Amino acid sequence: MNLWTNPIQVIADWLMQIFTGWGLAETLASVLIDLIGIVFLVVFILILDVMLVWVERKVVARFQDRLGPNRVGPFGLIQPFADIIKLFIKEDITPEGADKVIYNIAPVLSVSSVLILWAIFPLAPVIIGVDLNVGVLYLVAAGALGTLSIIMAGWASNNKFALLGAFRQVAAMISYEIPMIVVLLIPTIFAGSMGMLGISEGQQGFWPWNWYVFLSPLGALIFLISAIAELGRAPFDLSEGESEVVAGFHIEYSGMKFGWFYAGELLHAFTFGGFWAILFFGGYNFFGLEKLGPLVSAAIVLFKAMVGYWVIMWIKYTLMRIRIDHMLAFNWKFLVPLSFVVLMVTALLNTLLRDAPTATFILSMFFSNVIIAGITIEILRRRSRSGREKVEGQASSGVKAT
Amino acid sequence: MTILFLIIAIVILASAVMVVTTRNLVHAALWLIVSLFGVAVLFAMLNAGFLAVVQVVVYIGAIAILFIFAVMLTRREMRGHGKPLNNNWWISALLSLLTFGGLAMLLSNWDGFSQTPADFPSDFDGVAELGNALIDPNQFVLPFEVASILLVAALVGAVYIASNRK
Amino acid sequence: MIPLSWYLILSAALFSIGLFGVMARRNAIAILLGIELMFNAVNINLVAFWRYLDPTIMNGQVFAIIVFAVAAAEVAVGLALVISVYRNRKTVVVDDLDLLKW
Repeated sequence: MNLWTNPIQVIADWLMQIFTGWGLAETLASVLIDLIGIVFLVVFILILDVMLVWVERKVVARFQDRLGPNRVGPFGLIQPFADIIKLFIKEDITPEGADKVIYNIAPVLSVSSVLILWAIFPLAPVIIGVDLNVGVLYLVAAGALGTLSIIMAGWASNNKFALLGAFRQVAAMISYEIPMIVVLLIPTIFAGSMGMLGISEGQQGFWPWNWYVFLSPLGALIFLISAIAELGRAPFDLSEGESEVVAGFHIEYSGMKFGWFYAGELLHAFTFGGFWAILFFGGYNFFGLEKLGPLVSAAIVLFKAMVGYWVIMWIKYTLMRIRIDHMLAFNWKFLVPLSFVVLMVTALLNTLLRDAPTATFILSMFFSNVIIAGITIEILRRRSRSGREKVEGQASSGVKAT
Repeated sequence: MTILFLIIAIVILASAVMVVTTRNLVHAALWLIVSLFGVAVLFAMLNAGFLAVVQVVVYIGAIAILFIFAVMLTRREMRGHGKPLNNNWWISALLSLLTFGGLAMLLSNWDGFSQTPADFPSDFDGVAELGNALIDPNQFVLPFEVASILLVAALVGAVYIASNRK
Repeated sequence: MIPLSWYLILSAALFSIGLFGVMARRNAIAILLGIELMFNAVNINLVAFWRYLDPTIMNGQVFAIIVFAVAAAEVAVGLALVISVYRNRKTVVVDDLDLLKW
């Protein structure tokens, strides 16, 4: 065991020696080392978060045919720090009639609901906070805390637009949790484990055929859609319909409190990009490169997470916002039944083909998904055609009547 | 462990007291969340990780949000006009204390009262065991199915009762 | 290690607080909140017994899960009833819901 194959353990052992050398008890020293690890991870993530502001602004600019921040520092790299200074020196407003304690807790809860996700984020087999055996459910539980922070912010602001925005956002988040939980069961079925490490290990191999995106492309797609809804980003950013509810649940927040919501949203998007990569795109597996060492694995995961984040941004800046009733109808009438069908077919095939050779297994899984997608598209086509015919028939008869 | 347990117990009980005495119902619902989160931590301390996570998902993610929605939909009471407790609250308090005393007395007479935890098998996968127990025909597949039917019935009933159609 | 009695006493106390809430609150939603506290007291007991008696027998956890399901169903129907009552009588204070009393 050296610094290259297991850096965290080596550093922990080294710290343990120092602390026990100071005469601390072993239990106290291990608690201290855990605390240091947590602080280190959180600081790392928050610095990453600051850089995400820059990434987001640059990418948006490219999508909109602009240059983006380019004045402060090389390529505008210092821009996010300038933003932070601006947020800090802005006036900190607490609206009259606001529920002060809840109003101030909400942004903190919003960020921490994302930060706790990193406890189960496997950067490498040996670099993981804790490998919970219920990791997949933990993902959903952290999302529940995010929902709570939004409704707290909306209610405590004592503003009708904030409350309406929060209602819309929470309704959407709770609805989209259902397809997300159902789809999260698909990697669980394949890997036979709910832990993030087990799911990553289930996808190892030189060629990416074992990645669950090839076994369940529909599952990966549904996870992406429900993750975007969970994030509240476009096309599902109902809480921020500027013409309807102004800025939604964070309408009354200013300065750094707004900054926390903004940072939380960006980090949430990046984290979900990461979990998309872990659950469906092989995690730290990438053409055998992960065998070089845990730091390489960590770099691979962060790179894949960045790609996932880029996809989420791509969708955000390409599609327009959809109406709330369309969004909820899309969830309940389309995504939920579809995810149940995909889950059932996957579970059935997984049981039937348990002893089949790998190639047969992968191919039949892939084509079962293709068939489901084909049937779904055909049903949708027929339905929309009959709906259109009804409308057109009414229109033509209306013309005759006049 | 002992210190942790005491802290969590105090948090659970204090926030439970706040739930039943706070004037503002949204605050009561938020205190309920604190209390239920404490219970989730207790589950984790008892090696029931699955239940701890499910507690957070079901109670905080669904039930508490539902409560907050309901409080806001019945918003005449939202600002907490009037007394939170009814006129017979001291009888209720007395009865609750008696219940607690009675339960404590009954329990302290039981000879397993102060037993220490059983050995936890080292290679024991609680989640897998729980999953097997839930779908094993010899164990709990029937209660499991009945619970799902109950949930569907409750869903349909709730939609029917609350729907605005005349 | 913590003896079983601590968990049992904690859950008895939580149950009593919930009972007080159910009996003493005037608002129907607050009564439901009290019921939730009582459910959780029961769950603490079930899980503690599972852990302290024999962890290889999953009965305690299975019962706790069924309690979760029942609690969810109860809240859904209960809150639907409260909202329905509010719509018809513009109040959720249980003292005012005296339709059966002449």
